[in-house]
Amino acid sequence: MRMASWLARRVGAAAFLLWVVATVIFIAIRMIPGDPAEAIMGGPGSQASAEALETAREQYHLNEPILVQYVLYLGQLITGDLGTSYAQQRPVAQIMAEMLPATLQLTLISLAIAWLIAFLMAAIAARSSRLGQAMGTVIEVVAAAVPHFWLGAMLIIIFSTWLGWLPAVDTGTVQGIILPALTLAIPLAGFLAQLMRDSLVTAMSSPFALAARARGASEGQVFFRHGFRHAALPALNLTGWAVATSISGAVVVEEVFARPGLGRSLLGAVLSRDMPMVTGIALFSALIYMVVMLLVEAVEAIINPAAARGHDV
Amino acid sequence: MNTPAVEIQNLSVTFTGPDKTRVEAVKNISLTLTRGKALGIVGESGSGKSVTARSLLGLTGGHVTADTLNILGTDATRLTEKQWRAIRGTKVAMILQDALNSLDPLRPIHREIADALPGSRKHRKRAAVEALHAVEMPAPILRADQRSPELSGGMRQRALIAQAMIKNPAVVVADEATTALDTRLTRMVLDQLAELKDRGIAFAMISHDLAQIAQVADDIIVMRHGEIVESGPTKQLLSDPQHDYTKQLLAAIPRGVARFAPLSQVATFDDTTATFENFKDPVDVREPSDISAIEVHGLSKAFGDHAAVFGVSLSVPQGSTLGLVGESGSGKTTTARMILGLERPDQGSVRIFGQHFAPAKESERRDLRDRLGAIYQDPLASFDPRYTTSQILINALSDGTTSRSRQYLKRARELLDLVELNSSLLSRSPRELSGGQRQRLAIARALAPTPDILVLDEPVSALDVSVQATVLDLLDRLQLETRTSYLFITHDLAVVEHMSDRIAVMTQGELVETGTAQQIMHAPSHPYTQQLIAAAPDWNP
Repeated sequence: MRMASWLARRVGAAAFLLWVVATVIFIAIRMIPGDPAEAIMGGPGSQASAEALETAREQYHLNEPILVQYVLYLGQLITGDLGTSYAQQRPVAQIMAEMLPATLQLTLISLAIAWLIAFLMAAIAARSSRLGQAMGTVIEVVAAAVPHFWLGAMLIIIFSTWLGWLPAVDTGTVQGIILPALTLAIPLAGFLAQLMRDSLVTAMSSPFALAARARGASEGQVFFRHGFRHAALPALNLTGWAVATSISGAVVVEEVFARPGLGRSLLGAVLSRDMPMVTGIALFSALIYMVVMLLVEAVEAIINPAAARGHDV
Repeated sequence: MNTPAVEIQNLSVTFTGPDKTRVEAVKNISLTLTRGKALGIVGESGSGKSVTARSLLGLTGGHVTADTLNILGTDATRLTEKQWRAIRGTKVAMILQDALNSLDPLRPIHREIADALPGSRKHRKRAAVEALHAVEMPAPILRADQRSPELSGGMRQRALIAQAMIKNPAVVVADEATTALDTRLTRMVLDQLAELKDRGIAFAMISHDLAQIAQVADDIIVMRHGEIVESGPTKQLLSDPQHDYTKQLLAAIPRGVARFAPLSQVATFDDTTATFENFKDPVDVREPSDISAIEVHGLSKAFGDHAAVFGVSLSVPQGSTLGLVGESGSGKTTTARMILGLERPDQGSVRIFGQHFAPAKESERRDLRDRLGAIYQDPLASFDPRYTTSQILINALSDGTTSRSRQYLKRARELLDLVELNSSLLSRSPRELSGGQRQRLAIARALAPTPDILVLDEPVSALDVSVQATVLDLLDRLQLETRTSYLFITHDLAVVEHMSDRIAVMTQGELVETGTAQQIMHAPSHPYTQQLIAAAPDWNP
C-alpha cells in the first residue's frame, strides 16, 4: 500500500516535470530567430521556393496560432509521437532508438569507471598521511575541473598519437570505447572522490568504527562493513546528477571521438535547427534523469531503511 | 581468584601532533583490575581517562609505554596488532557511550552485536537476540533487525552492553556508559553494570560523574591532566577526600547544596585561610514578587497524531526560577519553544509580564521578544561559525547589524565581564573557546538585549561537573543582581533542586506535579515523580 502510493506520487511528479520540460522546450524553440520552414527545407542555403516553404508551413501547422500549435505539440507527445526529423525525414523515435544503445553504453561504462576510480582514490587518501591526503585533494579538484574537450584531446595525444595503444576514433571495438569512457569518467571521479573521502574519513573515525575495532575487527573489516556503505551513500545520492552530466558530456565526447550516439545527434540537430530531433532528445534525457533518480531512491532505501522511513541518521 | 585480571604499572601514552609537538595524555599511572570488582575512574574531559581505558584494548592511537601492562596473564607491552585483535572483544571488551553513532546507523543491530562471532549468519543472529534478551531489551527479536536510529537512547545503550558481552569477556571497560541517559535509564544501566561484578568480571567504569561511579565502584581513581591525583576505596575517598581536586569535584556536585550556595571554589580553594564552610552560606536576598514573568495556561501542541504537549499550565514569578524536569520526549523542549514564541501552540496561551504573547502575530509581540532570552545545551551550533566573539555580541546588541560602533564594543566588554570572561577573547572564534567559555558566551549573548526572562534548555548538560558548577554559580549571581526570571529545563534532578524555587515535573507531554523544590524532592505526591526521585543515585558520602 505504502509502496503503491509512493510509486503513484513519483510517477505523477515525473509526468508533471516532463510537461514542464516539454513546455520550456516549446517556448525556447519559438524564441530562436529565423524561419522554421527554412530549416525543414534544408536550411537557409537550400534556396527553397516560396511555394515549397508555404507547403512546409501547412504541413507542420506553422501558420496556426501559437496556442493551437502548443496543443497540437502536446497532443503529439502524449500519444508518444515525437515527430519527424526535419533533416533526416525519418521518425525521431526511430533515430533515437538507433543512437540510444551507443550513448547508454558509453554513459554506463564511464559511470562504473568513475565509481571505481573515485572509490580507490578515496580509500587510498583516507588511509594515507596528511601530505598524501593533501595531494589527493589536489588531484580530485584538478580532475573535477578539467573540461571534457581538453581531456579528450590530451588522452588522444598521449594514448593514440604517442603511445599508439588505443584508437583515437571510435571503431566500435572494446579498445575504441576506453578513451571516450575515460574522458567522461575522470571529471566525474574527481567529484565523487571528494564526497566519498569525506564521508569515509568521518565513518572510519566515528564511534561505531571504534566499537568495531574494540570487538576485534581488523581495519579491512571496519572498512568493508562500515566505511564502504557510508562512503557510498552521498555518492549514490549524486548518481542522478552524474548520469545527467554524463549525457551532456556525451555531446562533446561523442563529437571528439567521432562516435555515433544521442549526444552527437543532438549537436547535429541543434546546428541544423532540426526542432523535432532537439525536442525528442531533450525530453528523453529528462526522462532518463527521472528514472535514474527513482532507482537511486530505491537503492538508498535498501542501504539505509531508517532514513527512508523518516528517521534522522 | 584474587590475582589481578589487569595490572598496570607506570603507563604513559604520548600523542604526536601535526607539528611534531608531543602531548603526554597519560603520565605514569598504575592501577589493577580484580575479578568481581569494579574500579571507577573519574575525571573531566581531557583528564586522560578514556585514553587509559583504551590502552587496555591497544586502541589509544598514541605511543604507549609501561613497566607492566599485564592483561589476564599476557604481557601486553609488545603485542602485535594481530595479537591485540585476539584480545579485543574476546578477553577485554569496551562499552561505549551512547552517542548516536556508537552503533552504525546503516546496519541492523544484530550484526553490530554479533559480527565478531564465528559461525553461520543464522547462528550469529540467534546469539545476538539472546544477548539482547540478557540486557532486558524489550522485544529483542524485533529490535535485532532494526537500526540504531530506530531505537531509543536507553535501547541503544543496552545494545552496546550486549555488544560488549557477546563473547563473555573477562574484563569490561565502560566509557561514560550512562552519560547521555535519563535518570531512570541511568539507574537501570547502572544496575546492569553492577551485575557484571557478580558474574566475576573485572570491571572498569569511566565517568565524569562521581555520583554515578559511587553507585558501582569498589575503588575509585581520580584523574586530572593525565595523572592520578587520588585513589582509594569508594567510601573512604568520598567521605574523607585528601586531594584538593577531589574535594573540589565533590563540592561541585549540586546534590543537596542549598539554593544560591556556591558550588565552585576553584579560584579560592588554595587560599589556606578560607575554609570550605565559608562558601556555603546561602545569600538569598531576593524579595518575593507578585508579578508573573511567565504565565502559561492550557498549552497544547500535537505533531501529527502525537500529542507532544497537553494542557500545560505554569507560572514563573518575577525574579524566581521554575525548574522543569522530565525525561527525553516528555515535552519539555516543545513547551519551552512555545513559550519563546518559536512554535505556535494548538491551544492555550502564554503571557509575558501580563501581556499576551502567544499565540500572536509577530508584529504584535516584537517588543515583548526582547524581554525573553534563550540558552541551549550546545551553544556552538547556534553561533555563526564565521563570527568572532565580539561580532556575535555586537550582532545581538545592535539588532542584527555588524556595526563597529565604539559604544557596542564597550557594551560587549561589559557583557563579557558580567559572565566572567576575559575581554581578550573578543577577537576569538567561538570554536576556539572551551565548552564552559562557550556557554558563558551564550549567556552573554542572551543577556545583550537585557531580557527579564531567560529560558534555559539543558544549559549545563554538556559540561564537566566543575565547569557546570561555575556556570550555575554565574546564573545564580545574575539572578540575584538583575532579578532575571528563569525557566530552567533539565533532566538532572540534582541540578534542578539546587537551581529552582519551584519545580514542575513533566512526563508524556503532561505536567503531573508542581511544587516547591523541597516538596518535589522530598515529598513527591505523584507516582511518576516518586519513581523519578527514587531512581536518582543516593548520595551520602
